[in-house]
Amino acid sequence: MITWRGFLKRFLSDPVAIGAGIVLLILILMAVLAPVIAPQNPYDLLQIDIMDSEMPPSWQPGGDPRFLLGTDSQGRGVLSTIMYGTGISLLIGIGAVIVQGILGVTLGLWAGYRGGWVDSFLMRLADIQMSLSTLMIAIIVLALFQAAFEASVYADYAIIMLILIIGIAEWPKFARTVRSSVLGEKNKEYVDAARVIGLPARKVMWGHILPNALTPVMVISTIQVAEAIMTEAALSFLGLGMPVDRPSLGSLIRSGFEFVFSGSWWITLYPALVLIALILALNLLGDWLRDVLNPKLRRGDD
Amino acid sequence: MAMLEVSDLHVAFPRGKRGWVEALRGVDLTLEKGERLGVVGESGAGKSMLAFAILNLIADPGRVSKGTIRFEGANLLEMSESEIRRIRGNRISMIFQDPMVTLNPVLSIGTQMVETLKAHRKISTAEARRLSIDKLKEVAIPSAETRLDAYPHELSGGLRQRVVIAIALLTDPEIIIADEPTTALDVTIQAEIMALILKLCREKDVALILITHDLGVVAEVTERLMIMYAGKCVETGPTRQIIDAPRHPYASGLLKALPQNAERGSRLYQIPGSMPPITALPNGCSYHPRCEFASERCHAAAPALVNGVACYNPLKAKAEATS
Amino acid sequence: MHIIAFLIRRAVQAVIVMFVISIIGFSIQDNLGDPLRELVGQSVSEAERDLMREDMGLNDPFFAQYARFLGKAVQGDLGTSYFFKRPALAVIMDKFPATFELVIGAVVIFLSLSIPAGIYCAINRTSWLSRIIMSGSILGISVPVFLTAIGMVWLFGVELGWLPAFGRGDVYELPWGWETGFLTIDGLKHLILPSITLSSIMLPLFIRLIRAEMMETMGTDYVRFARAKGLSTARVRYVHAFRNTLLPVVTVGGLMIGTLIAYTILTETVFQWPGMGFLFLEAVNRVDTPLIIAYIIVVGLIFVVVNTLVDFIYTLINPMVKLPGAKA
Repeated sequence: MITWRGFLKRFLSDPVAIGAGIVLLILILMAVLAPVIAPQNPYDLLQIDIMDSEMPPSWQPGGDPRFLLGTDSQGRGVLSTIMYGTGISLLIGIGAVIVQGILGVTLGLWAGYRGGWVDSFLMRLADIQMSLSTLMIAIIVLALFQAAFEASVYADYAIIMLILIIGIAEWPKFARTVRSSVLGEKNKEYVDAARVIGLPARKVMWGHILPNALTPVMVISTIQVAEAIMTEAALSFLGLGMPVDRPSLGSLIRSGFEFVFSGSWWITLYPALVLIALILALNLLGDWLRDVLNPKLRRGDD
Repeated sequence: MAMLEVSDLHVAFPRGKRGWVEALRGVDLTLEKGERLGVVGESGAGKSMLAFAILNLIADPGRVSKGTIRFEGANLLEMSESEIRRIRGNRISMIFQDPMVTLNPVLSIGTQMVETLKAHRKISTAEARRLSIDKLKEVAIPSAETRLDAYPHELSGGLRQRVVIAIALLTDPEIIIADEPTTALDVTIQAEIMALILKLCREKDVALILITHDLGVVAEVTERLMIMYAGKCVETGPTRQIIDAPRHPYASGLLKALPQNAERGSRLYQIPGSMPPITALPNGCSYHPRCEFASERCHAAAPALVNGVACYNPLKAKAEATS
Repeated sequence: MHIIAFLIRRAVQAVIVMFVISIIGFSIQDNLGDPLRELVGQSVSEAERDLMREDMGLNDPFFAQYARFLGKAVQGDLGTSYFFKRPALAVIMDKFPATFELVIGAVVIFLSLSIPAGIYCAINRTSWLSRIIMSGSILGISVPVFLTAIGMVWLFGVELGWLPAFGRGDVYELPWGWETGFLTIDGLKHLILPSITLSSIMLPLFIRLIRAEMMETMGTDYVRFARAKGLSTARVRYVHAFRNTLLPVVTVGGLMIGTLIAYTILTETVFQWPGMGFLFLEAVNRVDTPLIIAYIIVVGLIFVVVNTLVDFIYTLINPMVKLPGAKA
């Protein structure tokens, strides 16, 4: 572990980390302040005029100064929609990782601390779930949901559904990380001491073992947010995620994709750039965090 | 001229952006044909570094920063990779510390033996296998023919170390460097393996550099001794002489700490303090903070190795110095 | 481990996975869509419907219905597609070659690039090319596969017009009915962009993985011992270090099968590649329940088969899990 001061020093001496941090900060601010700073509210039907549809960016011939980055096929300003859409992507990404974290940390602690059949069962389940892949599970579950319910019902629950599905499908990553930390900490003296003085298992796990397992949890959290956003975007692009009238970045790209080849490239390009910037910034920060906090953790065989 | 002559060897590792830190700080060593030399010191003293430096196998980013290593007159440090490869594993071979991790887990014993022979001899696979079986028999491995097709995990630690020894002897080298060859083994088979190494070296007149922290083993096996502390040689000479009458306070401390030298009923002796890491060496003699004989001089400048001892106040010569 | 024990263990696992998938498939059939409505439409009276329900066994207890479903499924009868009016399994299997060839193309691309690149980056850690590859790999991980696909279509298909960007092109029908694009120039041309796209997300992951594993094995004692034996650099790297790098790479490769199948759906959507994934999304939009179930079951089977294959390869290259019969 390193101190906060050392942490800040390492951060400030790494231009890549600073750059990624700034980009992420800008995107988060843009999303949070969207209702205040966005030129239009793309959810407010009164502000949308179909006559404004498919306008190019304002500096292009035919552009309109009201719509800096042009408009989409329904006449919504691309810039405003991106601002709101980034918020939805971030909300789902962070929400899903909170669900993953709660589930994964709990199950990981349990598996590692108890051992025995609980451990073997949970880890076997984790193996199968990981190799099925989150995206595949999410595609099938959401496809069935969509087939089973009316589109309007589905739209109401889309955010919750996405958070829950991505959250539940990805618990093994956290669980495995926490479990291996628990196995490392379990036989150390302070845990023995806590057990000997008669603290209940729950207290030993949460109060004594977990704090020592938090570093790797922090490291994977950042990368997991990036992956959750990517998964959400893919689902929305397939039409299985956020509906087009409340678009995330993914569904925005989906709605733009139809028009790319007819010349309205801006509906796709700008949300795509924002999506890539968001994921890249999170991945770079995650890599940086891993290098600083725990050089032994690696991506790929977690 | 000695068969192997190492002089003023320095090994350095980068530290921080521009700095370097030395793990070996000017080590000299000579080895005659068939001679057995013991290198003794605590872990971190640079013993293994010395072994790897001789074969030019220092792991990146470390490097030999100064000195020469002459084998039959030719400086190994100036050789190209392909030239030194003809010596490595052929004329100078090595036995590693932990046989559980020395052999490649995914290759059979036979493959790992045959490839060694083929790297140094123009030889058919069948012939190489026959020679390998012979060597396995020499190191007393039962049913050598079938063991050749076994994988390392199918053998016990003791057997694996015998295989490593067989590989080291395959090409009939002139020198074997054994880096703590028994430390990782069960106490019960340590003596067996050591006796095997000694027997084979004697029979074949192979020179041995035995690196260990165990003075007891060295006393039985080696003819000459070199005691290292914090990247330097502090005392060197005939094994018997040092064991009977150590001159450097550190050598004397190591000997006093041996259980067999403790008086019955008294507590075991322990040198006070611990060896400093190479990144935080004290000024002057690196041993002075732990030395009961340290004087002003010892704080100021490090003593050179003179007449086999690097000390301003060597134990035996003490009476002469004060008179 | 004994080969029979291995086969039995795998068979048991396969049966469990397929059992779970069949339960899922059956529950979908049971709850999604009314087979009667599909058969007779709205015009039939309620009484007649009840009669037909009874006739078709739709009022039977759950287990009886499930047993019937399973019995038919084992014989390859997964129901009739509402849309195509043909057996669902046959519809899926018609599309299987397209997806299979796309995956093969992608696997060939990412294996032939990631292995040399990963080894290179592990050996020349500080060279400028390694830095470029490693920075590029993190960018590669961050670009969603459907954006890569759109970019490819736009750049090479539309702007430059170098390569076809939609569909499979000409196919050649093999005697057993398999339509292959591997044997026609046009088919191969059509394969290029989609398979590059599909490999684009695996490539950086594998480069990073191979690099990390290779760096770790290069630092082990057995690699050092191999060098101390005087072996050539090539033998030390490729026989001693790389053989050990392969083990975790195969394991992770096995874990990637699900992801790869999921990405075929995305890739096929953008390139309008007439494969199973494209068909599946159409089925979802049309609420073609038998087809959805057939897809899930076929994907489950592929998954089980490939996993067994990966396990088998693993035992072949790792002597610590050995099958007697295979010569040591």
